[in-house]
Amino acid sequence: MNTLTKLVLPGALIAVPAMGIAQEDTVTSGINASTDTVFILNSLLFLIGGFLVFWMAAGFAMLEAGLVRSKNVTMQLMKNVALFSLAAIFYYLIGYNLMYPGGSWSFDGILSGVWGPGVLEAVGVAAADADDYSYASTGSDFFFQLMFCATTASIVSGTLAERIKLWPFLIFVIVLTGLIYPVQASWKWGEGFLDQAGFLDFAGSTVVHSVGGWAALTGALILGPRIGKYNKEGKTVPIPGSNLTLATLGTFILWLGWFGFNGGSQLAMGTVGNVADVSRIFANTNTAAAGGAIAAMIVSQIMFKKPDLTMTLNGALAGLVSITAEPLTPSLGAATLIGMAGGVIVVFAIPFMDKLKIDDVVGAIPVHLICGIWGTIAVVFTNSEASLGTQLYAILVVGVFTAVVSGIVWLILKAVMGLRVDEETEINGLDMAELGMEAYPEFTNG
Amino acid sequence: MKLIIAIIKPFKLEEVREALTDIGVRGMMVTEVKGFGSQSGHTEIYRGAEYAVNFVPKVKIELVIPAAMADHAVQTITKTAQTGKIGDGKIFVLDVQQAIRVRTGETDADAI
Repeated sequence: MNTLTKLVLPGALIAVPAMGIAQEDTVTSGINASTDTVFILNSLLFLIGGFLVFWMAAGFAMLEAGLVRSKNVTMQLMKNVALFSLAAIFYYLIGYNLMYPGGSWSFDGILSGVWGPGVLEAVGVAAADADDYSYASTGSDFFFQLMFCATTASIVSGTLAERIKLWPFLIFVIVLTGLIYPVQASWKWGEGFLDQAGFLDFAGSTVVHSVGGWAALTGALILGPRIGKYNKEGKTVPIPGSNLTLATLGTFILWLGWFGFNGGSQLAMGTVGNVADVSRIFANTNTAAAGGAIAAMIVSQIMFKKPDLTMTLNGALAGLVSITAEPLTPSLGAATLIGMAGGVIVVFAIPFMDKLKIDDVVGAIPVHLICGIWGTIAVVFTNSEASLGTQLYAILVVGVFTAVVSGIVWLILKAVMGLRVDEETEINGLDMAELGMEAYPEFTNG
Repeated sequence: MKLIIAIIKPFKLEEVREALTDIGVRGMMVTEVKGFGSQSGHTEIYRGAEYAVNFVPKVKIELVIPAAMADHAVQTITKTAQTGKIGDGKIFVLDVQQAIRVRTGETDADAI
């Protein structure tokens, strides 16, 4: 995320007295918003961005519910609501302070020295008592950052769907949202060593999406593919999703939420420049998604003779992930191309994952990990401050850290309680076996 | 009385229903079915992986009619459901021993 420039002039005037019809006459250019107004607008950006990113949890839930078979839909919904709620609690308990040490490090630039729950400002706080009066309210910042943490966990659930047990998955979510995500995020957004090295990741192609992707990849490798996904000859057997209407709705919800994800990551809205930047980010984010969807549709038509809807949906999300590392500096044209490249990548990456026998139910690894890497590299095309070497260094560091720690956690969970449901449960569906309820009880057969 | 079982392409159902009604058929049963014949399925691609569709969706029509109408009905179905391409379907004609109308207890010709 951008480093905030403090642009507030002491004693700046506001054109309050003559608001309304005469406004245009009384507003003089060059007069900045007051400190109060900047505080309010910045906080408002966090709150609006935060609830948009919150809505992405609904998007992930619908996308995943649509792409699993109907016998596993209830379980997928349960995992989505549980993972979001656990992320909210554990980010509050330790994650927030691990991610934002505010200069107090246990190990300089690597591990926060602040261990404990997040604390908000007092009720009805006076300007003088606000934690950062020149910037924004702590509550708005906490709320906004929490949603990013939850997004990381949402990415993992889709990949591992239809075969992982509920409780070990949720324990992994606690480790991911309480420790793995905040620690690596502090390296960049908590002003840690990657930030000092000049790594640029505006809204988290690496910090959020690749981290979710690495955790999903290690989980998929350790968990193994679903029964029947690859036959004895090693060929891929498609397992079509139960409801592409929900999958499409989920994709559009994610697309909407992404305006908060990227736009909110401007982190400031108190000046003309910042508001113009937020607007620019909205437009770039949108066009990248469109580019990704169209590219995936066309490439799937060429490669498979028919355009594939699920790949087109993945393409839109791929475009969004690709633009997330730098949604501000590209022109609309460049943003479209960055998104399109993401859309092309997923269409090739999805069959490639199958070749490697990595069963990723919703395509989260191509979308979030591979396009997250692509988006992080693509920063260098439009932002002259980015260096390719530093971007690659950060991708590697974050990747190795997340993969190693995730791998250890998955292996411990596998040894202690087992990760997979038994064969009979998997074939009958997790809904009835683990939850005793079905998503569509009045339908005759899944 | 004859039972005519016709398995046809789903998109031809409306046309066949109209044509049969026109020649005086007063009732029929329709079921969505899947199966294969000489067409033996086809392949599709989902997320880049090819898979065989072994059972092709079809519509099964069943009608019980007086024996005298059977040939006409079979010709009507054949003519209407035909596209000339593989997968147009099959028609089977069976004898029916008895028919009863539940509401009135009428039997055989009166019941159909």
